[in-house]
Amino acid sequence: MAKSVLKKPIPPTSSDPRVPVTLTINGETVTREASPRMLLSDFIRHELGLTGTHVGCEHGVCGCCTVTIDGRAGRSCLAFAVQADGAVIRTIEGVAGEDGTLHPIQQAMMECHALQCGYCTPGFVMSMLSYLDETPQPDLSDKAIREMLSGNLCRCTGYSNIVKAFRRGVELMNATAD
Amino acid sequence: MKPALFDYVAPETVEAAVAALAGDETARPLAGGQSLIPTMNFRLSTPGRLVDLGKIESLRGIAVENGSIRVGAMTRHRELEAHGAANAANPLIGEVLDNVAHIAIRNRGTVGGSIAHADSAAELPCLLVASGGTVSVQGPDGSREIAADDLFRFHMTTTLDQTEILTEVRIPALPPATGYAFEEFARRRGDFALAGVCTLLTLEGSVCREARIAACGIGARPIRLAAAEDALRGRVVDEDARSEAGEAAKEYMTAPADTQASVAYRRDLLAALVRRTSETALKRAGR
Repeated sequence: MAKSVLKKPIPPTSSDPRVPVTLTINGETVTREASPRMLLSDFIRHELGLTGTHVGCEHGVCGCCTVTIDGRAGRSCLAFAVQADGAVIRTIEGVAGEDGTLHPIQQAMMECHALQCGYCTPGFVMSMLSYLDETPQPDLSDKAIREMLSGNLCRCTGYSNIVKAFRRGVELMNATAD
Repeated sequence: MKPALFDYVAPETVEAAVAALAGDETARPLAGGQSLIPTMNFRLSTPGRLVDLGKIESLRGIAVENGSIRVGAMTRHRELEAHGAANAANPLIGEVLDNVAHIAIRNRGTVGGSIAHADSAAELPCLLVASGGTVSVQGPDGSREIAADDLFRFHMTTTLDQTEILTEVRIPALPPATGYAFEEFARRRGDFALAGVCTLLTLEGSVCREARIAACGIGARPIRLAAAEDALRGRVVDEDARSEAGEAAKEYMTAPADTQASVAYRRDLLAALVRRTSETALKRAGR
């Protein structure tokens, strides 16, 4: 098994009670202790050290913290870490190949200039991957793509290039599959 | 932006969950968390105990039987949205769910949670009222049924007791010769709507035999627009009848002006939505 990329456990600095949370993240099963009130987003970032999952609004509007929970996109700021006990989580760190080869969707985001500051990008990618997993033959009309991505906000790009990138990513994936 | 501390329990049966609620009057059930957790992050709500219903298997699942769609309270929005038999029995369900927030929220949010949360602008409570659905609830003294008309009282307030858990939602199948439509208007896709209207029209020949119309976002709870229904019932639903129904709906708009819309704007919007949904429902009723 590959060397763990997760942060080593750190001693708690708060007096909150702690409960064990066991979950599988990007293929690695890990048990850590967390306060019941710790959000899954904070657990991923602070306890596991996976800071690719970004935190924007912390009330479910911006979509930056989107990860997949048991295969489906979800807001990690709208779940407590304890609720994810036993769950399978995938974050942006689990998307590219181990040698750093970008996933076709990531490659397409780069090629189409679908990001500028990059803060929202992990959330967009996770939403796209979850949707493709659920819908292998996606509707590639502008309307359908925009509807699918309506839960992710981007303040840099104006979205047009993100829509293009999704279409391009699907094209690249189909080319790889052939 | 971090929730206050609470005691967390995740029982595996409804009975244990009811007992956990009864043991602490500040306890609240946690379903999908897509409405409760944001309010906790803002500390607008600070329950002393959260009773997570996520591990109760009996609260999940969808069954279509005897002209009714039975949905376990912890069924996710997205599961119901994708359920072929449920949408075949009542296609209004998919049309309504398509308007609920975004995919990532619908993947986590639950049908029972949305209804028990009772946001006056939410779509599912409006669907339940328009279609005449019922819910089952379980408490320390056993279970009971509540009709949609008796469930919603006020903003985020239902007739459930603090110790009761909503266990099942039942939505009637679409009656024969009935057309349906849901439409809402929001400033941004996925936001809570300024107003939304759910319309069901049952035809007999070219005449409207039954009309059921409910709206969300216009008052303190989802509201049946009885005067608008009366304007259509027993008539040919032509443009005049639809306009009259829209005008009749305006009296139900009691929401105060807010940063998004004035009172006059919302009133006109409500009338427009009643006109549009009755036109769509009429077409779909096969006329």
